[in-house]
Amino acid sequence: MSRVLIRGGRVIDPATGLDADGSDILVVDGRIDAVESGLNAGDADLVDAQGLVVAPGFVDPHAHLCEPGWEHRETIRTGALAAAAGGYTTVCAMPDTDPVVDDPASVGFIVAEGRRARGARVYPVAALSAGCQGERLTEFGEIVDAGAVAVCDAGKSVGSSSLMRLALEYARSFGVPVLSQGEDRDLAVRGVMHEGVMSTRLGLRGKPAVAEEIGVARDLALARATGGRLHLQRVSTGVAAELIQAAKAAGVQVTAEATPHHLLLSHDLLEGYGTEYKVDPPLRTARDVELLGAALAHGIIDCIATDHAPRHYDEKEQAFDDAPHGVVGLETAFAVLHTRLVQKNLLPLHELLHRMSTGPARALGLPGGSLEPGQPADIVLIDAGMDWTVAAEDFVSKGRNTPFEGARMTGRVVRTLVGGTTVWSLGRATRAPGPGVPAAT
Amino acid sequence: MTPTDPTVLMDGADVRRAVDRMAHEVLEKLGGTRRFVLIGIQRRGVDLAGMISTAIAAAEGIEVATGTLDITFYRDDLMTVGPRPVVGETKLPPSGLDDMAVVLVDDVLYTGRTARAALNELMDWGRPARILLCVLVDRGDRELPIQPDIVGRALQVLANQRVDVLVPDIDGKLAVVLSAVEPG
Amino acid sequence: MTGSTAALGKDLIGLEPLSPDQIRVILDTAEPFKEITERRIKKLPVLRGKTIVNLFFEPSTRTRISFEFAEKRLSADTVNIGAAGSSVSKGETLVDTARNLEAMSIDMVVIRHWSAGAASFLAARIPSNVINAGDGAHEHPTQGLLDILTLRDHFGSLEGLRVCIVGDVLHSRVARSNIYGLVKLGARVGVCGPRTLLPARIEQLGVRVFARVEDAIRWADALNVLRLQLERMQDGFVPSLREYNRVFGITRPRLERAPKDLLIMHPGPMNRGVEIDSDVADGPHSVILQQVTNGVAVRMAVLYLLAGGAPHLAEAARDWTGA
Repeated sequence: MSRVLIRGGRVIDPATGLDADGSDILVVDGRIDAVESGLNAGDADLVDAQGLVVAPGFVDPHAHLCEPGWEHRETIRTGALAAAAGGYTTVCAMPDTDPVVDDPASVGFIVAEGRRARGARVYPVAALSAGCQGERLTEFGEIVDAGAVAVCDAGKSVGSSSLMRLALEYARSFGVPVLSQGEDRDLAVRGVMHEGVMSTRLGLRGKPAVAEEIGVARDLALARATGGRLHLQRVSTGVAAELIQAAKAAGVQVTAEATPHHLLLSHDLLEGYGTEYKVDPPLRTARDVELLGAALAHGIIDCIATDHAPRHYDEKEQAFDDAPHGVVGLETAFAVLHTRLVQKNLLPLHELLHRMSTGPARALGLPGGSLEPGQPADIVLIDAGMDWTVAAEDFVSKGRNTPFEGARMTGRVVRTLVGGTTVWSLGRATRAPGPGVPAAT
Repeated sequence: MTPTDPTVLMDGADVRRAVDRMAHEVLEKLGGTRRFVLIGIQRRGVDLAGMISTAIAAAEGIEVATGTLDITFYRDDLMTVGPRPVVGETKLPPSGLDDMAVVLVDDVLYTGRTARAALNELMDWGRPARILLCVLVDRGDRELPIQPDIVGRALQVLANQRVDVLVPDIDGKLAVVLSAVEPG
Repeated sequence: MTGSTAALGKDLIGLEPLSPDQIRVILDTAEPFKEITERRIKKLPVLRGKTIVNLFFEPSTRTRISFEFAEKRLSADTVNIGAAGSSVSKGETLVDTARNLEAMSIDMVVIRHWSAGAASFLAARIPSNVINAGDGAHEHPTQGLLDILTLRDHFGSLEGLRVCIVGDVLHSRVARSNIYGLVKLGARVGVCGPRTLLPARIEQLGVRVFARVEDAIRWADALNVLRLQLERMQDGFVPSLREYNRVFGITRPRLERAPKDLLIMHPGPMNRGVEIDSDVADGPHSVILQQVTNGVAVRMAVLYLLAGGAPHLAEAARDWTGA
């Protein structure tokens, strides 16, 4: 029987509303056994958490781990370790690999590689349509049995409303959500940045906000009509957030995610054509950033997604039109949001932790996101006062494409435990190879 | 470098006397041809060419054609000193320079590099029959094998001194002054 | 007589980052270069021994030839690299092209590229002077400068002058450079064209938008008529070229109803009978050919100023007091 005692930290569990300083957490056989002060250590391994925040490990509903097919960008192993370095204990891997994860065998590959990685738990999200081509549904039943936790066409909105309707209906049989980036592809197809005064000044083709508004409105209407579970990915506009708010009020089964970069950065940064700011959907206006932040604070946006998308260095070293979009985010998500929202009193710490753990776990129906007894001991320890500077060269991820290079941060993940085992701690190499992380429950 | 403590070497009357004599020398050397043009090098050479032209008109009652030459594009030190933001005008007689006698007028002759640039530029405009170099002050210390044909005054000047010709249109008075150059 | 400071810096990427004084310096410097064609030997030794690469990822005839004339009249050695048949059409990335140029110690690069930002991308990666000869729909600074020089030739001053840019502003780098330059020099700028071809929030660049070309003609002192690329019809921005000419074309009857004569400019190449009628293009108020002449002079000025503008030389320039 393995026992770990995490002693003396400020334990915050957004799932229950607990916020108790000087509390202990006892982990027995990879699961949380008790949370209270003054627990008897007995023969347990001690983890000193005094002065640290102890919270449920983060859950990322949206990451691109690039394997199979793009191993020069990232592998499941490096991605899972990068996740752990950012305090994530669970990541959902998008299916836009090569080949696309659209059958039980590829789903099984992701599950198996994830277990071998010994970082955060890796859950596959499978393609909604074969090859993400938007033509016919994949075999939801078999891929869910093989371990997929959701379906989506990874960064592509499903063009056909008919196919999207079928997906929402069919997914109900298997209890998985359909993930979708609401976007009207006709309107968005050629844009490389937000359409507005900046795209006019820079002479770059714009992607109008209305493309997202139409796509989100369509997906919400279909979710309402089918009763299916919809999770909207990387919401970037204020109007889309309003549409989601109204749909939730009307009882539509919808959850939504936003990325740290859309919550913090606006299109003004594209002055100078920095490809490190080229993302999809594009960085929007300062007003959108403001509205998105408010939507996050009010729970209209349920969760933070990193949309971690590592790129090889020379891929970004191109003219703006030619460079791929995408930024890495696993290792900076908590720190940038803590520094720029919590430290500025725009969002309480427990709300941020909620949106990074409890919120995404509930949205995708995953274990974790809670410190209640019986839950897997997926736990993050945070030094909320630690000052540090983002340096991409120190990333665990293979990707260096961060928009936050050189930014000063306050607050840092110092230890990550998955199933009661420390998989990452600051200033120490990741643990030596040993038995794999316990399988997902 | 800032010029300090200017000493007047020639006052207005001295300069005018020198110009009158230079006008006569021009006539002596070229009077027979009648087909000659006075070309002043921008900027103060232009004023001096005008003064010589006026002096010739007063003495002989003839109108002498004048022109201006800006040698900026022909300098050999463009890449080390940077370009001038605004370049002066080059204005030559509409009839061209072919077979003309040209009197090239400048204020101070020093290294000879300005004269070299001016000669090159003139060659690009045409093929003059003859070119005379006419300067108000020759301060010596040539860096190129170039000598003036007509000189207002020859001076011995130290390397750390500078000679400036002042003209009314630009400087508000007519004079030649000597000043020390602080070591840069 | 004093030397200049580094008048422009290392590169000319656009008019948006320039100060009004920097733009004036370029225009003033272009003046003496206009006369060069009158000389027996149409060549100045200003860039003797300098190597310039004209790197054209997009086909261009007039801009490339204009640059080439400017370079040759300043005695530079030039090499043209066009898109067809060169490594740039074989998938070589811009950064590799840049490294190759750097390895060959090129002094200046004139770049035309289909992608906005390509010129600044290159400029940030090589020590050579970089001149933007058009990057996507971003800027075409030398075209903007020659248009402004042509306006200044005719009107003397740009202060308060009313210039309307007519046509496909959305895809036009010429329009953007004109807007930036003219607004900085105190002109009032209008744009007029089908709404489908005016970019988002164009008003925020300080221009007035005219829906109908008749209103623009009544308001303006000069029109800069943009080329309507025929692809725009295929892309659905305008339903037909016939309607475009009928509604937005600059025709003589339209101009005759104007309260005064308007100066007519066009960056070329023209689609006669589409955005401009032949009797206007060839008419007495057209300065389209003067634009071409001014183009060479402006480009000579830019080359000349950049050649002396390397930052480490600025110090020497300030100290220079003449010989």
